[in-house]
Amino acid sequence: MKILLAKPGLDGHDVGVKVLAHGLKDAGFEVVYTGLRKSIETIVDMAVERQADAIGLSILSGTHLILAERMNGVMAERKLDIPWLVGGNIPVLDVPKLEASGAAKAFPTGSKIQEIIEYFETLNTKK
Amino acid sequence: MSASSTRKTTEDLRIKKVFLESGIEVDPVYTADDVEPLGIRNEMPGIYPFTRGIHPAMYREKPFTIRQYAGFASPEETNTRFLFLIQNGQSGLNVAFDLPTQCGLDSDDPAALGEVGRVGMAVDTLDDFEIAFRGIDLDKITVSLTINGTAIILIALYIALAEKRGIDIKSLRGTAQNDILKEFIGRGTWIFPVDKSVKLVVDTIEYCAKHVPKYSPVSVCGYHIRESGANPIQEMAYAFCIAKAYTDGALSKGIDIDDFASRLSFNFDIYGNFFEQIAKFRGGRRLWAKIIREEYGAKNDHSCWLRMIAGGGGGGLTKEQPENNIIRSAYYALISALSGTQTMALCSYDEAYTIPTEKSAEISLRTMQIMIHEMGICDTVDPLGGSYYVEALTDRFEHEIAREMKTVEAWGGIVNAVATGKIQESVSKQAYQREMGFQTGVVPKVGLNMFTREEDPRPVDFHPYNQEAADNQVLKLNRIKASRNQEAVQRHLAEIKADALADNNLLPSIIAAVKEYATVGEIVQVLKEVYGEFEEPIFI
Repeated sequence: MKILLAKPGLDGHDVGVKVLAHGLKDAGFEVVYTGLRKSIETIVDMAVERQADAIGLSILSGTHLILAERMNGVMAERKLDIPWLVGGNIPVLDVPKLEASGAAKAFPTGSKIQEIIEYFETLNTKK
Repeated sequence: MSASSTRKTTEDLRIKKVFLESGIEVDPVYTADDVEPLGIRNEMPGIYPFTRGIHPAMYREKPFTIRQYAGFASPEETNTRFLFLIQNGQSGLNVAFDLPTQCGLDSDDPAALGEVGRVGMAVDTLDDFEIAFRGIDLDKITVSLTINGTAIILIALYIALAEKRGIDIKSLRGTAQNDILKEFIGRGTWIFPVDKSVKLVVDTIEYCAKHVPKYSPVSVCGYHIRESGANPIQEMAYAFCIAKAYTDGALSKGIDIDDFASRLSFNFDIYGNFFEQIAKFRGGRRLWAKIIREEYGAKNDHSCWLRMIAGGGGGGLTKEQPENNIIRSAYYALISALSGTQTMALCSYDEAYTIPTEKSAEISLRTMQIMIHEMGICDTVDPLGGSYYVEALTDRFEHEIAREMKTVEAWGGIVNAVATGKIQESVSKQAYQREMGFQTGVVPKVGLNMFTREEDPRPVDFHPYNQEAADNQVLKLNRIKASRNQEAVQRHLAEIKADALADNNLLPSIIAAVKEYATVGEIVQVLKEVYGEFEEPIFI
């Protein structure tokens, strides 16, 4: 299974997303990391180009709802069906909002790496 | 009988070996034998190499400065807050900027969507500085700009503001963070390729040394490097390599070391083992003094000072049982004071999961005040000086930091190590190992992997995004763009481009451009045309 990990928007906090990338690789996933400050369009392009099975968006600056809405729009526009998730500083109240805008799942800071690995494994078996 | 003959090893005592996060093994007991060969027992604070502190009387004369960090969305709001702080006796102001300003984008840039004024003040033109500092006497207040990628432009704005007010910039004080090399390792607000980014920092050092001698143009940050996964040795070593890169650049412009070294300062992180951090600062202070005197030939003592802000880092705090962070922060504050810091800041206990409340910010402030006023921490300079353990570890840190700096040299120097992602790759692996250590319980963390209890999810809160303020910022920008002297703006932007192509110091032409209300985004765009942009090395 190939996972694209992405940093949308201007937020430069990348310690968490890189830690997760190492963890997913150790668990046997193939990981592609976009690097910082990518537009939603670029991220979706990369996911298609690299044939990613899932996309993880890492957002810590508080712009998660705005970026999720755009992600939802771009995915619909391009008629894509790749599951995408959001991780980062997510207030509990925003989790249902993110899921309503099309995110398959939201992992707030403090989530265990093992939890996230297990989630991706369930996505993998669904495929 | 010498101590060594009776001294027991871990094997004799049948106890486990202990290693610091830096990999240094710790003995169960230290004696005079550990420090006598070092010949450091007659060191004095205020005397080179300043291991025990940069001033002879340290806090007895003046306690460390307390400086908490805060950001406000708009120039108008910033101004109101500044006036309030000044009325309440504060003499220094810290300014945080929003991400578009940090990344060199104007408020109307499509990429700035949802970010205008979110994590700090939005700045597009000189008009924003004129509003933010309205009614504030720049002669009496020192302003600290937390800015890196666009620091040269923000420093230009500050100088332009002072000049327009008729202030002699020879006496202008203030500081900028302006440490771009650490942004490539952590924090991520880089814009231009690494060598060009360093050139911009060197321009500010050169210009300030010649024209704004009281201004501190750079604060080198080990802090963010440590938060990105570096161990305490690497934190100091990489920061020193970075400071040397700026120093070498300034010297290559023909500036005397004693004309700028005393204006460089440092920002370091505190979490983890108590004694390890103290030794890190004492050993680091001695090493930095030796580097500046022995390698660079500085004659002035002030040039050799490791002036620092050292504060409790977010990396040590937990979202779980957050009240424990109050206790952790108090220890971090004690470490900072025992290490002879010049300025102290603490993270608030709830910062791991939300925006600090007024209450939690007050607790941080009181933590430091209790230490100053009740604990006798200011009575005696370097009270740990002479401790067998602390002195032995201090010496070890001095040597290990120097050794790590040699490793960076072997990687082709810090600029190359950052451009190729060598340092980013190694610290990110360490961050992963550290996190796994916590998640598996190999590295103990109270409330996280031991003594845990079921907790309700914490309410995480952000300041609600002020769309109206963001819209106003864009309207204001449009108004200024429509009313300024377009011909002058274009002429000055062309001058910046010519200066960039000719490798001249860019500050004079940037100052001239911002006085005509050229925008931050326009200036960055011109520089991108000449320098290109940094391509982030991806190693995952």
